Amino acid sequence: MAALAHDGHHGHDHHEESFVSKYIFSQDHKMIGKQFLMTAVFMGIVAMMLSIFFRIQLAWPGESSDFLNAFLGDRWAPDGILSQDMYLGLVTIHGTIMVFFVLTGGLSGTFSNILIPLQIGARDMASGFLNMISYWLFFLSSIIMLVSLFVETGPAMAGWTIYPPLSALPQAVSGSGLGMTLWLVSMAIFIASSLIGSLNYIVTVLNLRTKGMKMTRMPLTIWAFLVTAILGVLSFPVLLSAALLLLMDRSLGTSFYLSDIVVGGEMLDNVGGSPILYQHLFWFLGHPEVYIVLLPALGLSSEIISTNSRKPIFGYRAMIGSILAIGFLSFIVWGHHMFITGMNPFLGSVFVFTTLLIAIPSAVKVFNYLTTLWKGSIVYTPAILFAIGLVSTFITGGVTGIILADSALDIAIHDTYFVVAHFHIVMGMSAIFGMFAGIYHWFPKMFGRMLNNRLGYVHFWITIVGAYGVFFPMHFVGLAGAPRRYYDYSVYEGFNSNSYEMMLDLNVIISIFAILSALGQALFLFNFFYSIFRGQVAPQNPWRSSTLEWTTPVKHIHGNWPGALPTVHRWPYDYSKPGMEEDFVSQITPLMEGEEEH
Amino acid sequence: MGSKLIILLVIILGVIAIAQLVRVNELTAKHSGRREEDIPHRDNIFNANMMLAFMIFFYASFIWLMLKYGYTGMGPAASTHGVETDWLLNLNFVIIIAVFFLTNTLLFVFAWKYVKRPGVKAFYYPHNNKLEMIWTVIPAAVLAVIIILGLRTWNDITGEADPEAENVELFSYQFGWTARYAGMNNVLGEFDYKLTTADNQYALKTRENIELSLQKMLVGGPGEEGIQMIEDKLNNESVVMAQADRKKLQIDLSRKERMVRLLEQMALTYNDSIDDLVNDDVILGDSLVLLVGQKYNFAMRSKDVIHSAYFPHFRAQMNTVPGMTTYFKFQPIYTTSEMKDIMEDEKFEYVLMCNKICGGSHYKMKMAVTVLGPEDYLNWQKTKTTYDGSAWLNFDDRERAAKEAELLEKYKAIAATVAQ
Repeated sequence: MAALAHDGHHGHDHHEESFVSKYIFSQDHKMIGKQFLMTAVFMGIVAMMLSIFFRIQLAWPGESSDFLNAFLGDRWAPDGILSQDMYLGLVTIHGTIMVFFVLTGGLSGTFSNILIPLQIGARDMASGFLNMISYWLFFLSSIIMLVSLFVETGPAMAGWTIYPPLSALPQAVSGSGLGMTLWLVSMAIFIASSLIGSLNYIVTVLNLRTKGMKMTRMPLTIWAFLVTAILGVLSFPVLLSAALLLLMDRSLGTSFYLSDIVVGGEMLDNVGGSPILYQHLFWFLGHPEVYIVLLPALGLSSEIISTNSRKPIFGYRAMIGSILAIGFLSFIVWGHHMFITGMNPFLGSVFVFTTLLIAIPSAVKVFNYLTTLWKGSIVYTPAILFAIGLVSTFITGGVTGIILADSALDIAIHDTYFVVAHFHIVMGMSAIFGMFAGIYHWFPKMFGRMLNNRLGYVHFWITIVGAYGVFFPMHFVGLAGAPRRYYDYSVYEGFNSNSYEMMLDLNVIISIFAILSALGQALFLFNFFYSIFRGQVAPQNPWRSSTLEWTTPVKHIHGNWPGALPTVHRWPYDYSKPGMEEDFVSQITPLMEGEEEH
Repeated sequence: MGSKLIILLVIILGVIAIAQLVRVNELTAKHSGRREEDIPHRDNIFNANMMLAFMIFFYASFIWLMLKYGYTGMGPAASTHGVETDWLLNLNFVIIIAVFFLTNTLLFVFAWKYVKRPGVKAFYYPHNNKLEMIWTVIPAAVLAVIIILGLRTWNDITGEADPEAENVELFSYQFGWTARYAGMNNVLGEFDYKLTTADNQYALKTRENIELSLQKMLVGGPGEEGIQMIEDKLNNESVVMAQADRKKLQIDLSRKERMVRLLEQMALTYNDSIDDLVNDDVILGDSLVLLVGQKYNFAMRSKDVIHSAYFPHFRAQMNTVPGMTTYFKFQPIYTTSEMKDIMEDEKFEYVLMCNKICGGSHYKMKMAVTVLGPEDYLNWQKTKTTYDGSAWLNFDDRERAAKEAELLEKYKAIAATVAQ
């Protein structure tokens, strides 16, 4: 048992570590978590910049911009006008980085690493070495993805879902050359990183819980991380196989996804493959991926809402049940991305049914959050602002999912901006808000210093207004019939002025909000980096929270607790319990005589 | 250059300003002994009020967007099934907008109302099974209704096409569309991608086209070496060739030999009735013309990558997939000129566009669609010729008038099925 190796006198006799083993090839989960966070913050800035570039094109199509030329050069923005190929490249890499590198690697990587051992009372992850490997594979895949932006033929340009044949044929689009190869290599490494990490999280949660930490006493964060890791382990290998088959089709002349193709005047002799096969494999990961992104954010916000409204989370067991139900259902809904691919309509009906079922556990979660806030005593830290923002975006983006899951309705709005609005709100905004909430809440635990709250408030209000300002109008653009991944909407010009003018108007509004909210993130970055060095020194338990991580010393030590591991006596949500002196009771406080657990 | 400098200057000044504000904030905090973890009452109240203000602003913006942009855009559905899906869409919108307002209001009002106030303790309320049961069962019931209505419509849309429906093929390629009408026999001619040549862009299957392709493989054509030429080159001892080039030629040769074998097989199984299927097809590269009220069954295929045939006004969409034929059927209910009146837009036209990312010019891949009334449609039909060059309406001169009158009657009857 790995636990035994860590037990005992750790912390007492730990030796001074060198710079390299402490900050670079660290095997300490806290440092690895911070490494994930730093990488994700950097990747997030890159992906946000890419989106600003294409938003400029969408709002002011064909207008020259020094800004674009300065970043993209004469190769991709001659005369300051974005090239139509690079437009697709930007869209593709923006999506890829945001979904995988920021919201999967960044969110789950950061918080699973930092919180799992600290909240279950473990010295470290089950395997510190594998944990380190997981980070460095993530780092390597990030670098490869970034490098692909600088390839002469451009980065991958087939959309983040890289459907073949477009992604398989360099003759079809320039980005399907070296750029796509790098994309696939990067993703293969990323998946390896994610698998190693996830296995580690699962083993740690199942085996290394401290005495008294029953499964039903774990904070909801840990439940969310556990189910997320299980989803990842079961679904990422399928994407890996999809990517490998695609690599073979591209390089070794196989025909898994290719059949009957004449491209660029060249007749290919691939026969018998099916491009739809790729879509099945991709979405078998792709849909659980949505919840891989979302569940950690929901877990973090459960914790934050409970702590800062000084109330136990309402319906703890129902919350666990809904996490498990969402996790299970997420594996049998992937076909709702494929209603109009020519898939058998009966199969489509089955996916309509399973997909709409997911709305039930999601509704339970929302109502439980609302009841948690009800009659609370809310302390407005920046963390709970973002958590409340998450509940709002989860509702707003979630309800439109009901329309998209209905195959008959999906026909007319599939692949339009209505879809873009839906998933950016429910998955993008919610997950990013969860991530910000997590950063504001656990910053003192990570860096031993406090963030500036008032900058945090300004950051939140700019972000929620800005982000809704970007994504909410997209519903209307989509309902007017604007397909996504269009370089401009001249397709409607001249003979459908209603739609065309509406798209022009709204795209300007959307882009202005996008630029404003991007600038707003500068406040966060400043606050983040400034506070790491100059912030007010944190006390041990700044938010008066009852979970275990706040019983460790502020200054990080290897092994987390000096002396013996804590013993857990109660669930993590004893806030404002009647008959108690304080408005919170730490999990390590034994039950009083005659006290019911909850 | 000047503008860049100014932008840079503004950013630098902005950062300095924030830094100074933070310093001031810190100094005052230090002076008054305030610590970050103790949120002052003032800050709590400020954020609580902001929650309410934000909710009002959010709702106001939503309503403004709905009033200004909610009823424009695609206009009313122009197909039979589109009318149904629009009705269903509206029903769904009523439900989800109600849920949206209800839950968001609860969220922001609670966030505003239950802010920490001195002396008020939070209410310890860990669970209530009855409540949780209520908000499991009610969404489940509402969803059941949505699912049943949705699947009923879906089955109608995707069910077998009416045998009377006219067959039209949509052929997609980077970056355009071609329509092929099945002609008087209402059966589309066969195709095989291996028959694609410069002279046979749509890879249609006729004896002549098979011969043409065989010829091209064996002898070669402009820009392409035939088997004979490659063999000569490989066997010519006086030609010096790099190993890699030789390898490439050999691969090309074996590929072409395989193609020839397949084409020869095709020629063997071929019979003349296949020619007839192709010969009366009508190919249109520039636009798709439909008869109002006619039921259409579209067969779709793609030459290169996945495209998607998106008809926003007809609420119709289906991917076109290389190697696989996909189908979608619909029945237009308004002619283009009727739609011009409805949309109050003299220039209005229907459009077919590509809605699956397919390469650089994806956004330009479209085809005009026109829906005509019976007379106009017949007149248009008279001007069109089939694949083998004869007239689409290939009647004997003696009975032409009678047959055309008969067709017009038929078209009028079809149009009458959707007349308002």
